[in-house]
Amino acid sequence: MLPRCSALRTNQQGWFIERTLLIRFATLALFTVFVSSCGRTNLVEEATEGKVLLLANGAEPRSCDPHLVQSVGDSNIMRALFEGLVTFHISEDDTAAPGVAERWEPNEDFSVWTFYLREDAKWSNGEPITAHDFAYSYERVLTPELASPYASMLFPLQGAEEFNKGETDDFSTVGVKVIDDRTLELSLIGPMDYFPEVLKHTTWLPVPKETIEKFGKMTDRYTDWQRPGNHVGNGPFVLKSWRINHSLTVEPNSHYWDRETVKLNEIRFIPIPNEYTEERAFRDSRLHYTYTMPNNMIAWYRENQPHLLRTEPYAGSYFYRFNVNEPPMNDPKVRKALTLAIDREAIVKNVTQGGQEPSFGFTPPFKGVYEPPKMVEFNPGKARELLAEAGYPNGEGFPGFQILINTQEAHRTVAETIQAMWKEHLGIDNVTINNQEWKVFQQTLHDLNYEVARSGWIGDYVHPMTFLTMWQTDDTNNETGWSNAEYDRLIREAFEAADPAVRQEKMFAAEKILLDELPIAPIYWYTRVYLLHPDVKNWNPKVLDNRPFKHVDLIDSGPAYQ
Amino acid sequence: MLKFIVSRFFQGLLALFCVLTLTFFLSRFAPGSPYTDEKQIPLHIREQMKEQMGLGDSIVVQWAKSMVDAATGFQGPSWGNSGFSVREVIGQAFPVSISVGLSGLFIALGIGVPAGVLAAAKRNTKIDYSLMSIALLGICLPTFVIGPIFAAIFGFQLQWFSAVGWNQPTDFLLPSLVLGLYYGAYIARLTRSGMLDTLSADFIRTARAKGLPEWRVMIIHALRGGLLPVVNYLGPAFSALITGSFVVESIFGLPGLGTHFINAAKNRDYNLIQGTVCVFAILILTLNFVADLLQAVLNPRLRNVSETAD
Repeated sequence: MLPRCSALRTNQQGWFIERTLLIRFATLALFTVFVSSCGRTNLVEEATEGKVLLLANGAEPRSCDPHLVQSVGDSNIMRALFEGLVTFHISEDDTAAPGVAERWEPNEDFSVWTFYLREDAKWSNGEPITAHDFAYSYERVLTPELASPYASMLFPLQGAEEFNKGETDDFSTVGVKVIDDRTLELSLIGPMDYFPEVLKHTTWLPVPKETIEKFGKMTDRYTDWQRPGNHVGNGPFVLKSWRINHSLTVEPNSHYWDRETVKLNEIRFIPIPNEYTEERAFRDSRLHYTYTMPNNMIAWYRENQPHLLRTEPYAGSYFYRFNVNEPPMNDPKVRKALTLAIDREAIVKNVTQGGQEPSFGFTPPFKGVYEPPKMVEFNPGKARELLAEAGYPNGEGFPGFQILINTQEAHRTVAETIQAMWKEHLGIDNVTINNQEWKVFQQTLHDLNYEVARSGWIGDYVHPMTFLTMWQTDDTNNETGWSNAEYDRLIREAFEAADPAVRQEKMFAAEKILLDELPIAPIYWYTRVYLLHPDVKNWNPKVLDNRPFKHVDLIDSGPAYQ
Repeated sequence: MLKFIVSRFFQGLLALFCVLTLTFFLSRFAPGSPYTDEKQIPLHIREQMKEQMGLGDSIVVQWAKSMVDAATGFQGPSWGNSGFSVREVIGQAFPVSISVGLSGLFIALGIGVPAGVLAAAKRNTKIDYSLMSIALLGICLPTFVIGPIFAAIFGFQLQWFSAVGWNQPTDFLLPSLVLGLYYGAYIARLTRSGMLDTLSADFIRTARAKGLPEWRVMIIHALRGGLLPVVNYLGPAFSALITGSFVVESIFGLPGLGTHFINAAKNRDYNLIQGTVCVFAILILTLNFVADLLQAVLNPRLRNVSETAD
């Protein structure tokens, strides 16, 4: 019809031209894509050269306020941005390295500690840090209005619990005394030879009064002081940028007293909640370190790239809670039978595969500090006997119950394995598995609305007490309904004991009661399994995964995969 | 026409209000709260947190406050991202989702429409069968299967793109390709059936009888009618491309909106839940509206109806 089309009269010719045009466009598009993507860089190589550490860090950080953070990933960032009176040793778990305090001394029964602050300790804005800053910070954590979730970490301080519960609003009743700008005295409610360990926790970190109050009240939780540009800390690094779900970067703090030691130019904390994505990012040279590792890839790495795989003990316990208020779990014999029928060795070897230790107690063994009583074992014969004694020979007549888990594939496989073991060894065949989304799961647990529930506990500091206090009557983390007066007494006495050997004895005796009554079925002790690029140096195993970043270095050591 | 637009606008506002109210009450009635976590927070601290978050007020007051917050552009804090307001959280993530979603849509159209037209033109030949089998495969394979496979091929093997991350300008391509393929496959099938319907119509026979070249019949005359089902599908498809990208965001580690959509619900970050739901609701409403307008442009019969209605 139109003149310019006249040459294309025949159908076939028309299609032909149309098609070549299409092909040309497609080729052009592909070529553009190809050329533009040729600039694909090897991030890790570049980063090592520029001394930029690329760390995967689990979920997105929820806060940059050390008094409000809760997760392990968040406390990693706090460790770069802040420094407490004492700080983490480069390799030892139970040794405190000097932080803002250059030295400290306890009185003879470890109940009053005096800290001598170094003269050159400064905030990242150049202002000096004094004992007053620490007093202010402790007051902030303990002030009820801030609602610091971990305020109880400060309860070893005299009068702290009363102040935090609002029984008094006079902070001078709390055992914090500023003797002068550089001397701080902390009075505790009892002797605590391991107090420096407790002090390493994020809640004990100092915060800058001036900055906090510039952006709001002392107790406001959601103010802008946590943002890059506003943030002030006192750690080896300062906050450089923060893009949600992308990365949070820190750079060296030029006012840090020990800046000579700091070797990195930047740390990039990258939130990757999906462990498979994380592994791909590592394989794609986008990370120096993965936060965790998919269970089903561990065997491959162990076989083919063992130099990248790290498996380290971790101060955490994986266990099942029993709701002791509900029959039949109110019968200790039933709980014991269920516990004895779990083959932990098989779970660790075939299911979790991450080199975890089958637990023989609840508290993980702390090298040189504490070894739990060996009371948990796999003994199907004895388990059957106990179940028969409880009135259910061969599992006959045993009421059906549910194993409650939070939705996650790894928990389901463990639960299914245990379900099969209970069936095989005890003849209990009416166990079902119920999974709930995390928050619902926590609520159900808290309401004691379950029969058996999967649980985990990671220590807050390197000492058995962080595993044993939670089983006291009415502790908010007990959540089993279990209560034992003798246990409560022993824990109290352990807490009050000035002599570490006596404390050891009391803790051991208390854990024996716990493992005899078994409101819980211990399963395994955690390990940290992750991938680490060979370029990363001074990266030592730590049972709480709390490496001091100031020592970490990057030196080119060739490609990761061989 | 103006009347139509205005009435649709107010309908949209009403729908938005209902969606936000429903979301508000559903999220409050879900078990758990922003402060339930593995390590239990003591009761007196929980009470204080409630106070700071404004959860101590009665539910009606909270609802009213949340509506005011929505009307003023979500200035309230996101509890899961301290120091950021809901508005900022969404502001950071939205461009990512839009760029991936939009290029996904272009890829889907770029693959789907030509493939559909070609299949319709070569109906019941080997070309038709193979194109439609590929399309069926594309629909059946979920993104969480295609994603890692593409990352392995284009990332690890060919080294064309980053397998994970949002650092380089080209990083949007692989995720949009994965997203676009599924919708492209669907669009190919829709185009084919739309074209076949139109090709059997009388006016096409007339066009052919006039001696028009086949390509003109296909592209100028048939395609216009043949695309109607595709246009109908574009509104929901585009909003699904953006909202449904959680899986793709998680596979490729993108800082997009889909992740917030899921995490806000998981963390019971009530403010952010309202914010993300609001963005998605507006998106869906707008796109459906645009699709309706496009329909009117493409389909003269529909245009006449709306004009007579005016």
